[in-house]
Amino acid sequence: MKKSKIFWGYAVLALVIYVVVQLLINNGFVAFYYQNMLIAMCINIMLAVSLHVIIGITGQFSIGHAGFLAVGAYISAICTMKLGLPFVTAILIGAVVAALAGLLVGIPTLRLKGDYLAIATLGFAEIIRIVFLNVDYVGGAAGISVTHQSTWTYAFFGTFITILVIANFTNSRHGRACISIREDEIAADAMGINTTYYKVVAFAIGSFFAGVAGAIYAHNYYLIQPTAFGFLKSFDILIFVVLGGLGSLSGSVIAAILLTIVSTYLQGFPETRMIIYSLVLILVMLYRPTGLLGTKEITEFFKFGKKGGTRV
Amino acid sequence: MEWIQQLVNGISIGSIYALIALGYTMVYGIIKLINFAHGDVFMLGAFIGFYAIARWEMNVFLALVLAMILCAVIGVIIERIAYKRLRNATRIAALITAIGVSLLIEYTVIFFRGASPEAYPNVFSKTNFEIFGVQISTLSIFILSISIFLMILLQFIVHKTKIGKAMRAVSHDADAAKLMGINVDNTISATFAIGSALAGAAGVIFGIYYTRIDPLMGMLPGIKAFIAAVLGGIGIIPGAMVGGLLLGVVETIVSALGYSLWRDAAAFVILILILIIRPAGIFGKNTREKV
Repeated sequence: MKKSKIFWGYAVLALVIYVVVQLLINNGFVAFYYQNMLIAMCINIMLAVSLHVIIGITGQFSIGHAGFLAVGAYISAICTMKLGLPFVTAILIGAVVAALAGLLVGIPTLRLKGDYLAIATLGFAEIIRIVFLNVDYVGGAAGISVTHQSTWTYAFFGTFITILVIANFTNSRHGRACISIREDEIAADAMGINTTYYKVVAFAIGSFFAGVAGAIYAHNYYLIQPTAFGFLKSFDILIFVVLGGLGSLSGSVIAAILLTIVSTYLQGFPETRMIIYSLVLILVMLYRPTGLLGTKEITEFFKFGKKGGTRV
Repeated sequence: MEWIQQLVNGISIGSIYALIALGYTMVYGIIKLINFAHGDVFMLGAFIGFYAIARWEMNVFLALVLAMILCAVIGVIIERIAYKRLRNATRIAALITAIGVSLLIEYTVIFFRGASPEAYPNVFSKTNFEIFGVQISTLSIFILSISIFLMILLQFIVHKTKIGKAMRAVSHDADAAKLMGINVDNTISATFAIGSALAGAAGVIFGIYYTRIDPLMGMLPGIKAFIAAVLGGIGIIPGAMVGGLLLGVVETIVSALGYSLWRDAAAFVILILILIIRPAGIFGKNTREKV
């Protein structure tokens, strides 16, 4: 009962934020530059949270998330530009196809662990990128031009639904099964958890929301090219999750927001941006390998005087 | 004859992959870390070689030796600063640090000299030998002989010297090796030094072969070399050589068939197939994981 009260509190808070920002945009208080930044922030939060399900919750080290982003972006772009479907339908189709790609990657590679899984997912993402690079229907290396349709409303509700679904998934029976796989796969298996099933489910959910992010990404930047979905994009997403704390949803959200702001301001100096990024990554890993928040959620830091008891 | 020609080209590229893959496989065998920065050491080797030949007017062989020595030093520095603290950390933390080091090296180089590519000077005249109707350039012979020499040298170091014995012991069981009085830290540093020196040599050879180098060139060959190491069975030195050569030949064949744009995809398809069908690699033994 108490839990659902907190949940509704957050939902109302999020909607209030949405309405306030939307009013500001309507009244012209937010310049186009900042609107773009807000949308980029939402896209990055979606990507971070969707990768968080795979790495943070289920402990499957996938570093090819840009591949699913690419699938969502390209499929939705084909839907709107070539087939003339409405944007919402395009988002859904992009997400479903990305989820199918997630299943395709997930099922064969799930017998791999750790480093091997990482390198295999990286390989899959590269294959996806090379396929888009060589298909003339989507413009090959020149890319495909897309009309600007992403607005704050789409970006916000995409993010809202992503966080809602993933937070509830984490707290459900299935989410706990996934966490047990992260902690010890062999023990989880021995306790009767169908590890393969849950790993595939986590992959599919993660890639589904990466697909949503991809659709919004594609319709925000006028032109999508295969070069945008290379290793660097995958590493960018990985950095959000790792910096925020592997296993902390609020951590990934905060890291995504912070890093979007930082990288927007450093856009004029791409080399410096990457040097700072990599230094931060190395230092965090050397001195705080669990990330900034570890597996904790931000709300746990505000519960004063409630130490002890059952914390999950 | 056309096919034999392609085979020769494939072996030339493959031996570059093999040289990088040797470093990967040695490091992975000893500390179980995919050293993503290895591809960037390879890039640094190419640049050191470039400056040595084009700016300081060194002989090719001297440049090669210089690149190897400097890369060995860089490799040891990377290991001491970034990876040493992470010996007992989770694998994910170590892998992410490696990615971080890789990005740091790439963008530091870009910061200092820009991202523009550099053209390697021509060090070999274009003389071709004709053997049974196959044109073989001096360049191919140079690449092959250098690679074979380095691989034999490596085999000698690993199997006949004391440090090689220590390396094999640490890769087998680091704790037991420590109990037997082996200095594990020094052995790991030596592994990094040897692997990085080979990567540096591969960088110079790559520059001479492709005549074009840039600060981001380490990424793809680095990952392909890792694929080569996995293909041959990671941690196994002859496996890395065979894997590298095989990968080079397959890529050349894919290009020769007219699918040159799909060449990189072929490498990743090979990786995924080998991981699914035979994760231990061609030379590896399938061992069941102990519970």
